[in-house]
Amino acid sequence: MKKNNLILYTVILIFGVVAPFIFPAFKVQLSILCVLIILAITWNIQGGEMGYNSFGNILFYGLGMYLCASVQVGMFFPLAEWTESGGEKTFVHTPAQFFQGFGVGLAVAAVVPAIVAGLIGYSILGLRGHYFAICTLGLGVAAGEISGGIEIIGAGQGFTTPPFPDFGGLEARGEFFYFCSFISLVLTFIVVKSIYSTRFKLVLNAIRDNEDKAEAMGIQTMKYKIIGWMISAFFCGLAGGIMGGLVGYIDSTDVAFDGREMGVFMVLMAILGGKGTLWGPIIGASVFHIFKEGFWTFFLGWQYVALGVLIVVIVIYFPEGIMGWLREKYPERFGEVVDETDRKAQVELK
Amino acid sequence: MDFMVFQYPMISVQACLDGILLGILFALIAYGMALQWGVMNIINIAQGDLVILGGYIAYFMYLYGIHPAWGVIVSPIIMYFVGVGLYKLVINKVVDRDLFISILATFGISILFMQLMNFAFGADVVLANSGYGTTFLFDGNVVLPNSKIFSAFVSIVFAICLVIYMKKSKLGRAIRATAQNARAAKILGVDTEKVYAATFGINAALCGVAGALISITFTIHPYMGLPYTIRSFMIVIVAGLGNLPGVAISGMGLGVFEEFADYILGTEFRIGSVFLLLVLILVYRRFKLSKKREYLK
Repeated sequence: MKKNNLILYTVILIFGVVAPFIFPAFKVQLSILCVLIILAITWNIQGGEMGYNSFGNILFYGLGMYLCASVQVGMFFPLAEWTESGGEKTFVHTPAQFFQGFGVGLAVAAVVPAIVAGLIGYSILGLRGHYFAICTLGLGVAAGEISGGIEIIGAGQGFTTPPFPDFGGLEARGEFFYFCSFISLVLTFIVVKSIYSTRFKLVLNAIRDNEDKAEAMGIQTMKYKIIGWMISAFFCGLAGGIMGGLVGYIDSTDVAFDGREMGVFMVLMAILGGKGTLWGPIIGASVFHIFKEGFWTFFLGWQYVALGVLIVVIVIYFPEGIMGWLREKYPERFGEVVDETDRKAQVELK
Repeated sequence: MDFMVFQYPMISVQACLDGILLGILFALIAYGMALQWGVMNIINIAQGDLVILGGYIAYFMYLYGIHPAWGVIVSPIIMYFVGVGLYKLVINKVVDRDLFISILATFGISILFMQLMNFAFGADVVLANSGYGTTFLFDGNVVLPNSKIFSAFVSIVFAICLVIYMKKSKLGRAIRATAQNARAAKILGVDTEKVYAATFGINAALCGVAGALISITFTIHPYMGLPYTIRSFMIVIVAGLGNLPGVAISGMGLGVFEEFADYILGTEFRIGSVFLLLVLILVYRRFKLSKKREYLK
């Protein structure tokens, strides 16, 4: 069984490495797919495993996006003048400055949201059920509205992230961001998979199933909830930082704290794939991304209508998601490639 | 930051009166929210979008030359059927499920409504002009548009009518019985499915009234729905389910808070401050409840 897993991972890894060279036209799409998968996986940590359905992880995503860009600019140039000049090229990053700034920016973008999650976690995670859901929804929207009023990060007119340095053109830019997001994805997957095979995951599941009972059994639920949320925030912020560089332009409510798109997407992808499974969010994100690209391209303008209908249909008819449906339909022959390993992993855990 | 509001007391009076008149409208929306939450145990994120849809009905009457105040009568009738239709299509499948499912499903409806309204009515900020003029108080230091006074008056009338209806009528009794215990009500011969549909319809009709009034007094825009949902949610959790005077008072309190936030922080932070207040209230509530739990221990 281990061997099967190993082969599968090798195949995926090799595919991931060569994908931008096989499909050079889809580099940006593939990078976005990686970011979406990271978001779905991180949402699943508390949404699926812990039972805390958050609409507010977009907070960490947007925070990471702004932080990464601000650090990247602020390390070398005055930030206020940069945002004031808008897209004008008053300051130009040298390649060394660009990569150095982006690296530091990503580190900050990952660490600070995790710290923020730890700080607000004690207050917010004490809320239960729908109060938590609405509270996090409020947090996300409030962050968007407030950041839209802060002058130094561009306020209403947006924030242009540093342009990619002038070598290799679009090809190099696409490859750079693709590998950034792919490496982050691999990192996220490794971390999440390894914590899912420890007692930590069992504690999270206990919290989901019955929090009071888990507390009565002597588990310090609050500690685990905060750690879970911090892990989630860490990778959310990382994904946000990469996405900011990839998009090249940050707007408070349309790109960074975009509760209507990303904030819903991450919930939807995890539910579509199957909450509370390791592979569910990955499958869900891939299926969703293909669907979304099709719709966004061929039915432009109707995409939100389709999104609304999709949410309703998925929530009402497929609350268990693809993985849950497969498990119910083929309990024995549970797929051959991807799903088999997941079931084996589940059995091993049990 | 602007502290003019403290230097000139008349501005505070203006803000208070504006806030109270606005808060009465919020309380009307929150009443609908409390009704469906109490009876059907669902939280409707699309509440605000129903309000905006009701507003567009009044706006269209205005465009076709009918006085928009008639929207107060027409809009709830149309919205009642919209609400019942929505119930038959979607809501009846989420009623007895997990609350998160209802939140997510209504979030989907909210996105759908937003975009459909955007297609149908355009993305402009619109206003139905009632032509009611203004009232000057305190030697012209405080200016109140008559449309705001009209809207507060109409909201109070509708709220009182609804309270009496819920107390006296057969359907009202059935709704209250279902809210208390749906199973027992079913055993005693109440058609709970019908009650649920009627409840959602009444909620939508209330939203229609509020929307029509908002289109007269303020402005409407397809994407402005979510703040109304959040406000009504906030009012309901501050007041508690089934506490009608509480809903009215906390609605007015929220209105006054918003007007002051508008003066002090600036208009661009108005919506942000509403959402932050929601977070603060929930956190406060969580610490209060956890203290209670410690006593129990």
